[in-house]
Amino acid sequence: MIRLDYEIIADIVEPGARVLDLGCGDGELLSMLKEKKDCRATGIEISPQQIIRCMARGVSVAQGNIDSDLDVYEDKRFDYVILNESLQQVLNIEKVLADSLRVGKKVIVGIPNFCNLRARIQIFFMGQVPVTESLPYKWYNTPNVRFLSLKDFRDFCADKNVGIEKSWYLCKGRKVAIMTGLFADSGIFVLRKN
Amino acid sequence: MITVATQYFSLEQISIKSGEKLGPVTVAYETYGMLNAARSNAILILHAFTGDAHAAFYHEGEEKPGWWDGMIGPGKAFDTDKYFVICSNVLGSCKGTTGPDSIDPRTGKPFGLAFPVITIEDMVDVQKALVDYLGITKLLSCAGGSMGGMQAVTWAVKYPQYAHSIIVIAACHRHTAQQIAFHEVGRQAVMADPAWNNGDYYGKALPARGLSVARMIGHITYMSWVSMENKFGRKLLDKQKLGYDLSKDFEVQSYLEYRGQSFVGRFDANSYIYLTKAMDYFDLAEGRKVSDVFKGVTADFLVISFTSDWLYPSSQSREMVRALQAEDADVSYVEIHSDYGHDAFLVEFDDQSRAVSHYLAKVGRERAGLI
Repeated sequence: MIRLDYEIIADIVEPGARVLDLGCGDGELLSMLKEKKDCRATGIEISPQQIIRCMARGVSVAQGNIDSDLDVYEDKRFDYVILNESLQQVLNIEKVLADSLRVGKKVIVGIPNFCNLRARIQIFFMGQVPVTESLPYKWYNTPNVRFLSLKDFRDFCADKNVGIEKSWYLCKGRKVAIMTGLFADSGIFVLRKN
Repeated sequence: MITVATQYFSLEQISIKSGEKLGPVTVAYETYGMLNAARSNAILILHAFTGDAHAAFYHEGEEKPGWWDGMIGPGKAFDTDKYFVICSNVLGSCKGTTGPDSIDPRTGKPFGLAFPVITIEDMVDVQKALVDYLGITKLLSCAGGSMGGMQAVTWAVKYPQYAHSIIVIAACHRHTAQQIAFHEVGRQAVMADPAWNNGDYYGKALPARGLSVARMIGHITYMSWVSMENKFGRKLLDKQKLGYDLSKDFEVQSYLEYRGQSFVGRFDANSYIYLTKAMDYFDLAEGRKVSDVFKGVTADFLVISFTSDWLYPSSQSREMVRALQAEDADVSYVEIHSDYGHDAFLVEFDDQSRAVSHYLAKVGRERAGLI
């Protein structure tokens, strides 16, 4: 079964688009974009083992650090820059997002909602940092370094004068329409410079 | 056990970068696997400094296979069931291709220092002539480690129409001060040996001591702090305690001595000087921006470096990758974990093989119509 977030992102991207996936993991999304949408798709990934998996899927990925490696690309090189489940693992969020908005005409961001209902219940009633299906890590082994809610992200975009063109809210592989800040465990946003 | 024999091909004359002419030039080469009917499955392997044309399989009656046998063969990274693999000895070497130890037709004696100073580009020109001779108009890939990587990236720039892909392993796009410095120490060691005699030692005593010291220095740069510590530590050499004299105390000392001495038997001192010089001259950009040099490049790239390689560090590979990205080349880059230092490309086969075989499959499928 195809992950809903991948399906949504593949729907957003036009056929033949040029795509850069930052923190592309094992390259599943990239190979989907390449095969289904005939995209010229490439990625940056920090883990060498993941890069070899990307290569097995036939996608070109370069090992690198998205905090610092975007300066080689000229403005608007890509139709889309994708940051799916990777922005929360970045230290310098403002720089990465600014760089992404510079080298991409549009930026697709997928983030987990650290303040969904289950997380709130765990914090409130159990007094513990939440561990849920969508936030599976313990406080001591999480790769995440930034913890934010969907509302935090929207506010951040407003602050930085970044336009949110479209947004999707998901919970356990389904779309959520109401009380998204509470029920959604993740969100996908299409951003562009205002 | 598959056997292979070295073949030879000859060129009447070549023009080299310094402006001189050289000829005739003999080129030693070997091939592995079969060229397909469309002539679209050929891969040119480019060897490192002291390598040779014998990259894989066994020579009749020999116990050791070629220098990259772990990477080339049936089912291996450079899969000889799928690809036609070519490897030739570089110009200026002493392993069958014309070099300073070859006979100078003008004098009937070995060239010695009468051999012209050659460059990485000259090596590539000779390889290009070999590829033409074999009737191949487009290579699936040019691949090499260390000095072989320098040749591979030179292929991309000098003959952009001739290769679908370039694989650059543990290499660089220009020699740095530190790399030149190590080579200079090696050359000075050879030249300080009285037997070197300005390169005129053929048929006489060899500059064995000088060449051996040069190789010892080189060998240190090919290993890493960790690999030396793991292999030797402070282990003593047939001793219970330190001698407090000038004899050898530590295993690492006798290991280097052994590597140095065995090198003298298999490599020509003048080739050592000429090939190190060729690498030191290597600077793809020659004052321009590196990315400008990659402007006309049409090949796809795979760049590989190793974490503990301090002779050709990952930072240099990254610099090349970034220049290629800036010019919108299709580039894959992976830094493989290894403790073996620069030598990793010759011994660390697991991840290197996976990366190369996946990459070749992709290039074959997408660019050369191979299934």
